[in-house]
Amino acid sequence: MSAGLALLARDVRLAWREGGAVGVALGFYLIVVVITPLGLGPDLNLLARIAPGILWVGLLLAALLSAGRIFDNDYEDGTLDVLATGPLPLSVVAGLKCLAHWLTTGIPLVLLAPVLGLLLNLPMGTFPSLMLAMLAGTPAVSFVAGIGASLTLGLRRSGLLLALLVVPLYVPILIFGVSAVTPYVSGPNSTWPPFFILCALSLASVVLAPLAAAAALRTALR
Amino acid sequence: MISLANPTRFLNLVDRVVPWLSALVVIVLGIGLYLSLFVAPPDYQQGETVKIMFVHVPSAWLGMFGYILIAIAALGTLIWRHPLADVAAKTAAPIGATFTFIALVTGSLWGKPMWGTYWVWDARLTSMLILLLLYLGLIALWQAIDEPGRAGRAAAILGLVGAINIPIIKFSVDWWNTLHQPESIFRAGGPTIDPSLLTPLFVMAIGFTALFVLLHLIAMRAEILRRRVHALQQTQVERAALAEA
Amino acid sequence: MQLPFKVSLSAHDVACERGGRTLFQGLSFTLAPGEALLVSGPNGAGKTSLLRQLAGLLPLAAGHLSVSGAEADTPVAELCHAIGHLNAAKTALTVRENLAFWAEFLGDGDSDLAGALAAFGLEPLADFPAGLLSAGQKRKLALSRLYAAPRPVWLLDEPSVSLDVHTVTRLDAAIRDHLKKGGIAIVSTHVPLKTAFDHELALGQERAA
Repeated sequence: MSAGLALLARDVRLAWREGGAVGVALGFYLIVVVITPLGLGPDLNLLARIAPGILWVGLLLAALLSAGRIFDNDYEDGTLDVLATGPLPLSVVAGLKCLAHWLTTGIPLVLLAPVLGLLLNLPMGTFPSLMLAMLAGTPAVSFVAGIGASLTLGLRRSGLLLALLVVPLYVPILIFGVSAVTPYVSGPNSTWPPFFILCALSLASVVLAPLAAAAALRTALR
Repeated sequence: MISLANPTRFLNLVDRVVPWLSALVVIVLGIGLYLSLFVAPPDYQQGETVKIMFVHVPSAWLGMFGYILIAIAALGTLIWRHPLADVAAKTAAPIGATFTFIALVTGSLWGKPMWGTYWVWDARLTSMLILLLLYLGLIALWQAIDEPGRAGRAAAILGLVGAINIPIIKFSVDWWNTLHQPESIFRAGGPTIDPSLLTPLFVMAIGFTALFVLLHLIAMRAEILRRRVHALQQTQVERAALAEA
Repeated sequence: MQLPFKVSLSAHDVACERGGRTLFQGLSFTLAPGEALLVSGPNGAGKTSLLRQLAGLLPLAAGHLSVSGAEADTPVAELCHAIGHLNAAKTALTVRENLAFWAEFLGDGDSDLAGALAAFGLEPLADFPAGLLSAGQKRKLALSRLYAAPRPVWLLDEPSVSLDVHTVTRLDAAIRDHLKKGGIAIVSTHVPLKTAFDHELALGQERAA
């Protein structure tokens, strides 16, 4: 499907050209991690224990802040109208745009996470499980964010509204995401069951979220 | 300063200065590195790792220096409306941020043998990290606003607000640090700099400062040329529009 | 640019609702290949809504659309080029990149980038970012989409907005050329075009032939 590849390539190129947006998401992730010890105190043992949680929460917030980008721009300049008349079903269009978000924002955030883990004194031995868990969970993060983005197209206060809508949906990703990392830090329980559940959540999101997003887009396009 | 306000004259000056300055930087940094690595004695406690200080301390100074430069340039933009002020501010931000980043990384590497971890939240490093965030904010603001005039004024306002806030932030971080007992008494480049280390440090500081100025001039030249290209493109587009009518 | 197929488009008893109000109902027309329909009426009469319905963006409140001459079960939307009020031009991409994307996305293998660039004389601007263009040039970029990929039905909503007289003439010629090749054009416009419309639909009053 050359149309699908063309759309994906275009979205990735646009994200690359407007590099500021991705940079801001990474900067926000950094800020969340920096203000945590300022609020809680620099006790390295405490920080090491809560690091997985902080790293996941920061990543979710940073992804949420950048989620508006998925559809807003195309909606505002009329591109979405034309995309809807293309050979691809609107759900595939939505899915490809969420995929582009994952590639251009999700993955960079995951790559930054271990560096921020250093700041939080996360033991380096947990880095592989941290990155694996995040790579497994971030597709769900991007695709579910796509649902929120499609629902809040062109609305006032859409950024905050999007966060309000999507955060409850993020709860499973957060819980299992942290569980897939924490045992290396605080105990011997296996990280594999939470990891597999994360994979399942991502796979389900990739399949189902575009359907919901397409329905929301169709409503917005009326 | 006024005569340099003309971008063309500034570009000519930069073209003439850059080769000499580059040579100066290479020579001074060469001497500095030689003194640092071979002449300065290793610390009896930290061994050779103390020599990271010769990169860490000048980088930290230049991080601060960069922001002071931005604050002065901000005054230039807002009060005196100097035409090159916003170019100076825009190009200084990434350079200052990079030196701050180098200071953080070298500080972290320096501390690893002492602390056992790559990072502690002591007052100095935390303040430097917040300085990095201030820089990132400036860079992000420059990126976000398309129109250069508005971007320049907005970044100038942010730069001044940041500069005023830096002493307040530093004070609060120091206070925060005394609330929580720091785990190590290690002080990066603390009060016990041995005189035998001062000379290499001084030389490296001069070399780094010259490097900053060199990079800054080159970046300013690139930015001026970039703006010219943009203006030329716009003229071409407008001419094409008129030609069709 | 030869059209891959010639289609007839018919609307049967189409109705449109917006915000609870019925804008129009019982609307029917049939267009054979090579015919053009002019949609006229005061502001708010539903011209844009009708065009969006034909493009598949707004659902029909009643009635249905039918097409003959195309592959079975092709949605009407995929047979149309819909040029609305917005230009769908990405400011961060160059003119060429914008059109190349549409050529590949809409054409799905059958595309004509060079023709699209030439159609409204955008070659000299091809490698400039679309963000630098004036309103008229961006409108030309939007209209060039008509040539990026071949589609039989052209839905044009106020296509001449921001265009100078010379370009309106070019647009007129493009529409007539399209009709000659067997395409269909449905145009809503305040600016009088030289194209001879076979049918007119006057919304906001009683429907005309």
